Amino acid sequence: MIIKLSAEAFEPFEEVKRFQKQQAEFAGAVGATSIFIGTMRDFNDGDSVVSMSLEYYPGMTERQLEMIVTEALERWVVLNVLVVHRVGDISPGDPIVLVVVETSHRGDAFDACRFIMEALKSKAPFWKKEQLASQQSRWVENNSKGYAP
Amino acid sequence: MSIKVRYFASLKESLGCDGVELSGAESLTVQQVWSQATGQITLPDNILVAVNMAYVDQTAEITDGDEVAFFPPVTGG
Repeated sequence: MIIKLSAEAFEPFEEVKRFQKQQAEFAGAVGATSIFIGTMRDFNDGDSVVSMSLEYYPGMTERQLEMIVTEALERWVVLNVLVVHRVGDISPGDPIVLVVVETSHRGDAFDACRFIMEALKSKAPFWKKEQLASQQSRWVENNSKGYAP
Repeated sequence: MSIKVRYFASLKESLGCDGVELSGAESLTVQQVWSQATGQITLPDNILVAVNMAYVDQTAEITDGDEVAFFPPVTGG
């Protein structure tokens, strides 16, 4: 398991490559890799968004992410997990979050990746503040629904 | 008894500070920590609470040296 918070922009596919190279001991067992990339939009709630700042709770955020990944490792047959999450100031188009789940079979890869993302959205202490094109700023108060109603 | 209270995000802005240190002899619940720290009687339902970086509910007991954090619903990812 690798969990990283990054104050700098990151390139998701470079992170995936590095992860695969560093964790080469799993290479023969990996039959499925599920990758989720969350990217900042330039709109939200009908408004144009020009930038965003991501606040977090140093110490607790990392701990919560570890607990979420640990739960995924207990519930599915998972070989390895990478989570990268941005903090600080970000711009539209920037990757915010990357979740990579390596498994032997696709069902575990899809389901564990989905679980990690949904749990991250509701439990990991991150908060987004949007800067709008109208010069106003506002805190994002709710996440959109991850699963269809 | 010494308790470190921390606020994050919109709550930090609305309270105008990022936290406060509480001291006193008596043991406290989360609800009592909120009241003493903020001067507000009721902890809003939507505010999340963590003690020593683990989620707790509003009835949790706080002990000496604990760090108690209050924050709004999380919006990462």
